[in-house]
Amino acid sequence: MEISENWLREWANPPNDSEALVSQLTMAGLEVEGVRSAAPKLVDVVVAEVIAVDKHPNADKLNLCEVSDGSNRYPVVCGAANVRAGLKVSFARVGAELPGMKIRKAKLRGIESQGMICSASELQLAESSEGILELPEAAPVGLSIVEYLALDDNIIDVDLTPNRGDCLSIAGVAREVSAINKIPLTAADLSVVEQGIDDSFTIELEAPHHCPRYVGRIIKGIDPQAMTPIWMREKLRRCGLRPISPVVDVTNYVMMELGQPMHGFDFDKLNGGIKVRLAEKGEKLALLDQSEVECREDSLLIADHKGGVALAGIMGGLGSSVQADTRNIFLEAAHFSAIELAGKARGFGMHTDASHRFERGVDAELPPKAMERATELLISIAGGKAGPVIDAVADGHMPDTPCVSLRYQRVKRLLGIDVEATEVSAILQRLNMQVVEQDDGWRVTPPSYRFDINIEADLIEEIGRLIGYNNIPGSRESSHIKMESFTEQRVSVNRIRDILVERDYFEAVTYSFVSPEMQAILDPEQSTLSLANPISSDMSVMRTRLLPGLIQALQHNLNRQQSRVRLFETGLCFIPCEDLEQTPHIAGVATGSRGEGGLYAAAESIDFFDIKGDLEAITRLTNQSEIAFTRSENPILHPGQGADLLFRGESIGFVGCLHPSVLKKLDINQSVFVFEIELSPILESKLPKFSELSRFPSIRRDISVTVDKNLPVRDLIDSIFSLKNEILQEVFVFDVYTGKEVRNNRKSVALGLILQDCSRTLVDENVENLVEKVLVQLKEHCNAVLRES
Amino acid sequence: MSQDLEILLLQASRSISESADMASLDAVRVAYLGKKGELTTQLKNLGRLPAEERPATGQAINQVKVEIQALLESRKSVLSDEAIASRLQTETVDVSLPGRRSASGGLHPVTLTMNRIDKMFGKLGFDVAEGPEVEDDFHNFEALNIPEQHPARAMHDTFYFDDGMLLRTHTSPVQIRVMEHQEPPLRVIAPGRVYRCDSDLTHTPMFHQVEGLLVDEDVSFSVLKGTLEEFLKMFFEQDDLKTRFRPSYFPFTEPSMEVDISCVMCSGEGCRVCSHTGWLEVLGCGMVHPELFRHTGVDGEKYTGYAFGMGVERLAMLRYGVNDLRLFFDNDLRFLQQFC
Repeated sequence: MEISENWLREWANPPNDSEALVSQLTMAGLEVEGVRSAAPKLVDVVVAEVIAVDKHPNADKLNLCEVSDGSNRYPVVCGAANVRAGLKVSFARVGAELPGMKIRKAKLRGIESQGMICSASELQLAESSEGILELPEAAPVGLSIVEYLALDDNIIDVDLTPNRGDCLSIAGVAREVSAINKIPLTAADLSVVEQGIDDSFTIELEAPHHCPRYVGRIIKGIDPQAMTPIWMREKLRRCGLRPISPVVDVTNYVMMELGQPMHGFDFDKLNGGIKVRLAEKGEKLALLDQSEVECREDSLLIADHKGGVALAGIMGGLGSSVQADTRNIFLEAAHFSAIELAGKARGFGMHTDASHRFERGVDAELPPKAMERATELLISIAGGKAGPVIDAVADGHMPDTPCVSLRYQRVKRLLGIDVEATEVSAILQRLNMQVVEQDDGWRVTPPSYRFDINIEADLIEEIGRLIGYNNIPGSRESSHIKMESFTEQRVSVNRIRDILVERDYFEAVTYSFVSPEMQAILDPEQSTLSLANPISSDMSVMRTRLLPGLIQALQHNLNRQQSRVRLFETGLCFIPCEDLEQTPHIAGVATGSRGEGGLYAAAESIDFFDIKGDLEAITRLTNQSEIAFTRSENPILHPGQGADLLFRGESIGFVGCLHPSVLKKLDINQSVFVFEIELSPILESKLPKFSELSRFPSIRRDISVTVDKNLPVRDLIDSIFSLKNEILQEVFVFDVYTGKEVRNNRKSVALGLILQDCSRTLVDENVENLVEKVLVQLKEHCNAVLRES
Repeated sequence: MSQDLEILLLQASRSISESADMASLDAVRVAYLGKKGELTTQLKNLGRLPAEERPATGQAINQVKVEIQALLESRKSVLSDEAIASRLQTETVDVSLPGRRSASGGLHPVTLTMNRIDKMFGKLGFDVAEGPEVEDDFHNFEALNIPEQHPARAMHDTFYFDDGMLLRTHTSPVQIRVMEHQEPPLRVIAPGRVYRCDSDLTHTPMFHQVEGLLVDEDVSFSVLKGTLEEFLKMFFEQDDLKTRFRPSYFPFTEPSMEVDISCVMCSGEGCRVCSHTGWLEVLGCGMVHPELFRHTGVDGEKYTGYAFGMGVERLAMLRYGVNDLRLFFDNDLRFLQQFC
């Protein structure tokens, strides 16, 4: 909301400068977004009188005027149609400065012109204007225009929080300024306007829950030629409102001044009387902005006896609007329930100054006051005679004024400082609250415009706010700290991240919603959860895997001259099923060379075992006996280079090379290796358990066997361990060979066995025995044949 | 000494000094002192001399042998020194070349920032709490005292799913989930992703927040203020960082405040980043609204609490001087490499 500082100071004028005032507002919770000058720099522009107007001898559309600034008379050439003798104007003398121009003597079509008669837009008092600015007859000739129009003003942009609807007016902000500075408030003249006619109108409140009060008044015989005076137009302009006509300007002015949105109807276009009622479904109404709305059953209408004439609290109807020839007016000042009106404008895709205020709550006591104010202003501008105020009130539906108890000790409890009891009640009284002392504190009745005061904490906030949070010292908490649980059987995600970082991965953060196409390429068999209102179609489904986002990031980098990319991410994936699963995953993507290459080593492309090694570096942290790899049938992976990660026999993810057909769809021309697993299972780890160290030496025996080419080497190792021989400590592969010397679809595998006993030194016999057993076992279970060398 | 022996010694001495390496030096040794060497042969042949000549000749031969041995030793030592010098020469490297390194990656600045915040509050005994990102209306809005049609809902442009579920618009629902499931005293910090239907220069549809909640018997605004002031000073590592607490409005706290810090870019002088105000808004906070206690069954008479929430990207941008929010989600390596 934009307001004029001068107007605010007419209501409450604290002895501080603009900067201090603005800072006060911000620190009281009325955040000032910005302050700017109300007018540009104007030098030597004064009020002047047009003494005479003659036709320019050489140009049809120009006039030659004689203009007086009280001291001198100047010949001035002026092209405006509305220039006439006797008119008071704003006159830029020779030497004057206006935005973007400096006035000099000039010859226009052969005639000398000494100065310029200004339009409103030339003074930047309007975005556009027709003709020159006409000043009231009473304007004192010779006075600078800056002084005359009080242009030395600031426009303050206040960003109000939704709970402070009471501050959406000059009066509202002034109340705060007055309370903060402990200065009096100078309110507008709200005295009752003398009734000139007896014309009345029926008002029926058929939806009292939505509209418990409707104040109306007929004003007859206004002058349709009347112009809104410059002082009002200026105030409206400085509050961001465009002057339109006296009726509209007056209602806007009262809304800006007091906070009561009002509406003026052309009385002659209303039929029978006012009914405030809910719309019938599908009922249509043409609005002031030329749009047409189709009402819903919960839309509140201002209707006459023929049909809707306004969308209540949002916008007036077109048919009953005030026109250039309107003489008889029906003014409305109503109270609509904030709760009932909330969201209604948005439902029609609208947002108006009126709906903005009604949704946040307007004082139910305000309509009759606003009516008097508007009547007085309208009659003073456009004449006319006012009928009686018709104040329809639905008893029992008016908003309750809550009575809130405030306990003294809670003030300290919540704010953490001692506030004197007298200070508490003084602050509340400054905010126009009624304060009655009771046993442990006060009973407080907030003013009717404060819809945000309902509970004790709301009052304590007001106390903190007026004391100023900056004046409350920060303190150390006194409560003791409990020791946090610290389990050792849990792997921290940070540790996992660090491992990947050490292994040359950068962490990525990608959007949780991805394009359905990416998602389908990288998780083809999984259904997805779609957003109802995505920001764009390529961010419309929730990821079921991290890969779509990571692959996208990988593409981003490949397209920017990076041929070597390694990224990982952790985050939730969303699997639709009976009850949506939100499962944390970790995934990595890698492409390009193993190392950076260059000086010390050739840059070799990574292969399956690089990425498997990266995954194993993570799974190493968890309980190894629970983990296994098995050939994967995942369709996105190369059928010969893909493995599923099993945890307790269940697949929790995969690792491998992306299938060439997937890469083709992604338009990637180099091998990409990926892994993705569920995070939770691998966060479990075992508490280390000590086992006795052997004092006896260990022995290594190597065996080399040939087996079927497709037999996983893992089967050999598992088969050996299934012997459960206690001197067998370790088995490892140190060579796998396929080639000339091994034929018939077989391969040679060399295994190292580490043998050790914890109670004696092993002798040859023990060792030979075991090796024999191992070979028999491998022959039986894996059809392994000892390779003679 | 006989003339023959003298010639022999001269020849040996020349051969020794002409030996360029250990192998040729050893060949000289063998030629004179080996089993079949000149001197050895002469000693063996002593017996053939008349008895009276033997002692003198024997002594002369031995003397030559000793001299040759000494010459050999001295040459050996020279050659050995030369060998070391030459090895050092060939082994000399250009120490200005870079060391052999294994490449390493880096954490995302959002993670760096969240970890930092987690650690600071961890020292104060705050545990990390997590919650779902696909939330229900109750936890994201209603339990936080934001009923339907509440103007505050207009502040959150929410992503919805067809079944009425939504993507959480803030980390505050974690407050509710913690209070539902744990008994006070509570102190938790909840970092995570949040979503709003908004995308322009300064908004991304997803970003990160850290929520903090403390519920105990003696928690006041003053404590909240003290904690956050200390946190902000530590986070930005500026002891003279100025803070100001402005009244504001959140439906789930009462009183509510926004916290500004003196601009870390211009030290409060006024610059583009702080819109020439000298202040930067960095977090929202307040005392837990009694309605939240009611929704979660916490005794609001016995306990009070504070809560705060901050945008991680905003803090990261200020801390590291990042000038474009969208960079956080491009995952461009040239960006990510700046944080390792």
